Amino acid sequence: MTVETTEIKPLSIDDIRASIESGTSRATAIAESYFEQIQSRDPQIHSYLSVNRERAFERAARIDDLAAKGEPLPVLAGVPVGIKDVLTIEGLQATAGSRILEGYRAPYTATSVQKLEAAGAITLGKLNCDEFAMGSSNENSAYGAVHNPHALDRVPGGSSGGSAAAVAGGMAVATLGTDTGGSIRQPASFCGVVGILPTYGRVSRYGLIAFASSLDRVGPFTANVKDAATVLGVIAGHDPMDATSSPLPVPDYTADLDKGVSGLRLGVPAEYFAEGLDAEVRAAIERSIDQLRAAGAIIKPISLPHTRYAVPTYYLIATAEASANLARFDGVRYGFRAKDANTLSAMYRKSRDLGFGAEVKRRIMLGTYALSAGYYDAYYKKAQQVRRLLTDDFLKAFAEVDAILTPTAPTPAFKLGEKSDDPLSMYLADIYTVTASLAGICGLSVPCGQSAEGLPIGLQVLGKHFDEAMILRVAQAVERLN
Amino acid sequence: MATTASLSPEVLAKYEPVIGLEVHVQLLTNTKAFCGCSNQFGAPPNTHVCPVCLGLPGALPVLNERAVEFATLAALAINCEVRERSIFARKNYFYPDLPKGYQISQFDKPLAKNGWIEVPTPEGTKRIGITRLHMEEDAGKSIHDGFADSATRTYVDLNRCGTPLIEIVSEPDIRTPEEAYEYLTRLKEILLYTAVSDCNMEEGSLRCDANVSVRPRGQEKFGTKAEVKNVNSFRFIRSALEYEIERQIEVIESGGRVIQETRLWNAHEGRTYSMRSKEQAHDYRYFPEPDLPPLIVTAERRAEIAKQMPELPEARRARMVAEYEISEQDAQTLTATQAFADQFEAAAKAAKSPKRVANLVQSELTSRLKLKGLELEESPITMKGIAFAADLAEEGKLSSKQLKQLFDAAFENGEDFAIVYEREKPQQITDPAAIEKMIDEIIAANPKQVEQYRGGKKTVAAFFVGQVMKLSKGQANPALLNELVTKKLDS
Ligand SMILES: [Zn+2]
Repeated sequence: MTVETTEIKPLSIDDIRASIESGTSRATAIAESYFEQIQSRDPQIHSYLSVNRERAFERAARIDDLAAKGEPLPVLAGVPVGIKDVLTIEGLQATAGSRILEGYRAPYTATSVQKLEAAGAITLGKLNCDEFAMGSSNENSAYGAVHNPHALDRVPGGSSGGSAAAVAGGMAVATLGTDTGGSIRQPASFCGVVGILPTYGRVSRYGLIAFASSLDRVGPFTANVKDAATVLGVIAGHDPMDATSSPLPVPDYTADLDKGVSGLRLGVPAEYFAEGLDAEVRAAIERSIDQLRAAGAIIKPISLPHTRYAVPTYYLIATAEASANLARFDGVRYGFRAKDANTLSAMYRKSRDLGFGAEVKRRIMLGTYALSAGYYDAYYKKAQQVRRLLTDDFLKAFAEVDAILTPTAPTPAFKLGEKSDDPLSMYLADIYTVTASLAGICGLSVPCGQSAEGLPIGLQVLGKHFDEAMILRVAQAVERLN
Repeated sequence: MATTASLSPEVLAKYEPVIGLEVHVQLLTNTKAFCGCSNQFGAPPNTHVCPVCLGLPGALPVLNERAVEFATLAALAINCEVRERSIFARKNYFYPDLPKGYQISQFDKPLAKNGWIEVPTPEGTKRIGITRLHMEEDAGKSIHDGFADSATRTYVDLNRCGTPLIEIVSEPDIRTPEEAYEYLTRLKEILLYTAVSDCNMEEGSLRCDANVSVRPRGQEKFGTKAEVKNVNSFRFIRSALEYEIERQIEVIESGGRVIQETRLWNAHEGRTYSMRSKEQAHDYRYFPEPDLPPLIVTAERRAEIAKQMPELPEARRARMVAEYEISEQDAQTLTATQAFADQFEAAAKAAKSPKRVANLVQSELTSRLKLKGLELEESPITMKGIAFAADLAEEGKLSSKQLKQLFDAAFENGEDFAIVYEREKPQQITDPAAIEKMIDEIIAANPKQVEQYRGGKKTVAAFFVGQVMKLSKGQANPALLNELVTKKLDS
C-alpha cells in the first residue's frame, strides 16, 4: 500500500488575495500553477472530468486588471475552484457523472457557482462524482473512479469524491460539492479536508442536478475551516429561483471562528458509538472530544433514539424523490438517446437502460416501488413520519447542547472495489451522515486525526438549523487542537 | 360495438345517467405557473420556454403568485372552501411533451373543496356540487401531423408547458346531458366574469372530461363509469354524453357489462372510442412536490382576493330584472358576456327607458344576429346604437316599422344604427293637417269601430292608430298620430 502526502501546501484564500493585492502574485499565475498541478497529479487521481483553461484565464485576467488598477478585490479574488459536475455552468458540460448526460452543455449557471464567480473565484473545471450523486465511494461515476490522494488504492468517498480529492490533492483551493446523505462530509473525512453541509435552504439548489430534492444541499470543501467559512458566506443566501431557499440573512461566518469552545455544551450521542465503529476512528474521535473538554467545552452524553431507523428512512425518501427527478432523462430532448428504437416506449427503455448505471437504476426502481399504489403508505409515508421523529430527536437535543459531535464515517477510506458488489454495506457506510440530512440541520466534517496507516479521520460536528457559525467555531477549535 | 339506433325511449327511460365533469381551465396570467416565460397563446413553437419549463437538469419551479390569486378567486366564485394550507404534488408519467416526466399538480390537499354552482333545469334550479378545485401546470403539445415526415415522427411544442391550470371536479350530481351543458355554460360564465380565463375551448383554454355511468332508475349504487375525453367544443358536450349513455345502456340491455375505461370522443364520427387499455394502466405515484413549500393562503389574503370579486352573473341578472324592469329572459340575453352586460347597463342608464333598450335587444337584435350567425360581440349595431334607437322610439320620432327598416339596413351594410339613421333620416309626417286628413279617411271607412269607441270601448283607438300608420306607410309621427286619433274620436 502506498501512502502519499500532498506535494504542495495549498494556499489559503486570504494568502491568495493578499498576494494578488500586494502584487507579489497574479491570478493568472496562480491559475496556471493549479492547472500544472492538475496536469501532473490528476492522471492518478482523476478528480476532474473537464478543465476549462480559456474561461479560467479570461476571468483571472480580469482580477489581475482590477489589482493593477488598485481597485478593491472581491473576497475570493483569484481563488482557483472546482465544481462538482452536478452543478451547471453556462456553456460547459454537466454530466452528473452519467453516460445519459454525455455531451450535454448547460444553458445557464447554478446560483451557487454564479455567486462564487461573482466573488472573484476562478473555476478550473468540473469535478468527478458518483453518477447523479448516488454513491459513497465515487466508484459509480460513468467516467471512472476517483482515487484518494492519501492512498491511491483507496476511495475518496462519495458522492463528491472529486471535490474532496481535488482539494486534498492541491488541485483547487476550494471546491463545491453536494450532500444528500453524506456526500460532502464523508469524502471530506476520507480525504482529510473540511466539508460543510449547510442547513437545508441556506444555499440555493438552483442549477444543482437533483438527486433527492428535499435532501440535496450544496456546500464547500476547503483545506481549512476558515476558508470553508469564507466560501460558505459567499454561496449562502436567499435565491428567488429556489422556492426552498431561506430568506434569513447570512451572518459573517468568520466573525466568531476564534472564540473557542470554553463553556460550549457539546453533545455526544451514544447511538453513534455503537457496534460497527472502527476502533481507530473511535480512538481519534474520543481523543478529539477530550481535547475539546480540556479546552473548556462541557461534554454531555445525549441520546438520539431514532437513529437506527435513519438509513432505511433515508433510502426510501431519497430513492422515491430520485425516481421522479430522473424521469426527465428520457432521450427526448437532450443527452443520450438509444439509436435503434422503433417505438416511443422502446426509445425510453433503451435510452434509460444504456444511459444509466447499475446503482442509479437500482435506486430508481426502489423509489418507484416505494411510491406505487398500495405501497405508498407503508414505505414513503411511513418514512416521512420517521423523518419527523428523527428531526424531533435533534430539536430536543439542541435544547440542551450547542452542537453535537460524532464520527463522520464508521471507517477511514476503504479500498476501491471493496464494497462495490455489496450495496447494503455501502449504504450502511452512510449511517452517521444521513440523520442530519433527514433533519435538515447543518453539519460539517473536520479532520481530527489519522489511522496508523496515515488515512485521515474526520469528526462530524452537527448544529441547529442555520447555526453554521456555531459548528464552524467548534471545528476551528478542533483544527487548532489537532 | 354498440350502435344506438335500436334503443327505444322506453328502454332508455329505465336508466338514470350519472355524470361528473372534470374541467381544466387555463389561467390568464401574464407568465407561466412556475417560471417567468410568457403565457401567451399562438407564439412560434418552442419560443416561450426557459430552463424551468423545459425541465432542464437543475432548474427549479417558483410559484407564480398571480396564478394563486386567480385560482383562489375562481374557487371563491364557485363557493368553494379555500384551504389555508395546500400541497403541490408530482404526478408521474412519461410523455414526450411532459419534459420533467412529472406534472406539478395537487393531490390529497387541493387548494379548494366543497363548492357548488346552480343550474337551471326543467324542474327548477338545481345545485351541482363541486368536489375540488386544484392548481396544476399544463403539459406541452405533441404534434402528430402536418409535417412532411409526420408518418414517422412526432414533433413537440413546449410553449404551453407550465401554463397555469385549475382543475374543477364536480360531484356526480349531473343527471342529463342537458344539465351537463348547463353546468359547463354556467361555470364558463362565472369564470369569464372573474376574468381568470378566456375559457376558449377551441384554443384549449377550457377542456372537459366527463365521467359517465348509468344505473337502473331507483337503484342507489352507481354503475361502472367510463371517462370520456377529448370533448373539445361546447357543441359536442350533449352529443358525446348522449352517445355514451346510450352505448352503456345498450351494453347492459344486451347482457354485457360496462367496463371502467377511458374513451375518446370522435366528433367527426359522433361516437366514443375505447383507448387501448395499456395507455390507461396508470399509477401516477403522486407524492408531495419537494421543490415547493406548502401553499399558504391566509384568511387575510383570501379576504383580500375576495375583494376583487366582481358581481357574478346570477346576482347581476337578479339586480337587472329589478333595476330595469326587464324579464328574466331579457336578463339572460343581456348578461351573456360581461362586456356585453356592461355595455347594456351603460347604454340603459343613459337611455330614457332601459326597458325599451332591453326590449329592442330581445325583439330586434337577437333574431337578426341568429339569422346572420353572428355572436353578440360581432353585432354591427352597438349597445349605444340600440340606446339611441330606443330613445327615438320613446320620443315617438320613429315608428316601429321605420325602426325595423333601419335595423335591417344596419345589418345589411354592417353599420351602426346612428350612422344609418343619420343617412336615411326616415321621412316622417309631422304635419297635423296631413295626419288629420288620413284619420278622417279611416274614421269614415269604419263607422262600426267609431261606434264602439264612442260606446266606451276606448281600446279601439289602437285600431285607428294602426290603420292610419298603415295608410301613411309607417311615416306618421307616432306621438302626434296618437294624440290626433284620440282628439278626433272624442270630438
Ligand atoms: Zn419557462
